[in-house]
Amino acid sequence: MKSVVEILKEIRPEFDFAPVDDFIAQGMLDSFDMVTLVSALDKNYGISILGTDIVPENFQNLQTIEALVNKQKAKV
Amino acid sequence: MKFSFRGKRISGLLVVVPANERSFLEDMKGFKVPEARSLKLKEVMGFDKRRVALPGVCVSDLAICGMQHLFKQGWLKSDEVDALLVFTQTPDYFMPSTSNIIHGRLGLKQDVLCLDSSQACAGFVIGLMHGFMLLEQESIKKVVLINGDVLSRKASPKDRSIYPLVGDAAAITILERDDQDSVIHAIAKTDGSRSEAFMIPAGGFRLPSTPETAVLENVGDNNFRAKDHVFMDGSAIFNFVQTEVPPLIQGLLAWTGDSIDSVDYFLCHQPNRFMLEKLADKMNVPYAKMPNNVVEHFGNNGSATIPTLMAFNLQKRLLQESLRVCFAGFGGGLAWAAMLLNLGRLNFNALIEYQ
Repeated sequence: MKSVVEILKEIRPEFDFAPVDDFIAQGMLDSFDMVTLVSALDKNYGISILGTDIVPENFQNLQTIEALVNKQKAKV
Repeated sequence: MKFSFRGKRISGLLVVVPANERSFLEDMKGFKVPEARSLKLKEVMGFDKRRVALPGVCVSDLAICGMQHLFKQGWLKSDEVDALLVFTQTPDYFMPSTSNIIHGRLGLKQDVLCLDSSQACAGFVIGLMHGFMLLEQESIKKVVLINGDVLSRKASPKDRSIYPLVGDAAAITILERDDQDSVIHAIAKTDGSRSEAFMIPAGGFRLPSTPETAVLENVGDNNFRAKDHVFMDGSAIFNFVQTEVPPLIQGLLAWTGDSIDSVDYFLCHQPNRFMLEKLADKMNVPYAKMPNNVVEHFGNNGSATIPTLMAFNLQKRLLQESLRVCFAGFGGGLAWAAMLLNLGRLNFNALIEYQ
């Protein structure tokens, strides 16, 4: 199973995500990237992230994305 | 708001799409997006081909092409048209209304009610509701509902948040009275406080088009558009759909006593595959009951997506059998509406190209 940072790297290989606090403000993820990321996270972890959770604040950094994944994993 | 209609039916459907086809991957090359990124997006969102009107083609041109096809095939006689409703956000002119233009170019009789309404992606369901209401009148036996847009003409070619997604079409739906005493149920909702989430800022009387409104502005993510172009807050619309549409449909099912199992198809507006799969997940609807391939073959053609879905996916079935169907339209306005009905044994159900 891939880690969140590995999945992010596949989507935008030109960026180093680990040290960044706000991917959206830094222009590292746009709305289309968020959708691609959600699809990849769903497949990788066998979850379905709720559509209502696909909002920019949940994709700001590694911690918020991991929290989103863990929230959904807990429901499975 | 709840509506019910007794003894009415959809009797025929014809969708007209431009023959001109564009490719998502080709369009994305123009935005200098790496191909691997575009391919991922294509896979997730379902974007591939879309049908786009050539410059100068208007909604009335697509609609007249379709109406003439109906007359030629003998599927509709010109003197049978008692009401002509045009639901569009891209009219030929501010005035006269597009329905009157179509009426005139087709040489229809004078005893026809012509009416335009500016509705976005909920326009098919709301248009059906208007048509069924008109059929309450003794003098109106057949209603022609036209849902059409050429919104691609208002999309900035430098705005990849909307340009590679939009398609054009006109759908003609025939409504008439039904011998069967079946009931059609519908619920419609509106939230005008969020109307700016999907709009064309300039070109009306509030902000008339000027050389300034035609100037491209950097709106972030390397996208450029002018105030004359269509704007969509994709994130806000996505969230609106995921929040408002499931309770809308669930409320309709609860009202009629239906269940997910008792409905054959949930035919929803078609913004993209991802949004519809998330909607299906939230409502526990199997993907097979909520088809999502219109955007893949035609692009998002606004209020014509549900008719396009029917003509493309259920062409033969809807000629041969009756299905329990839930329509759901949602989008600009903001407006969202759903309708539950028995649909089928149509007199015709076809899709043609406008050359």
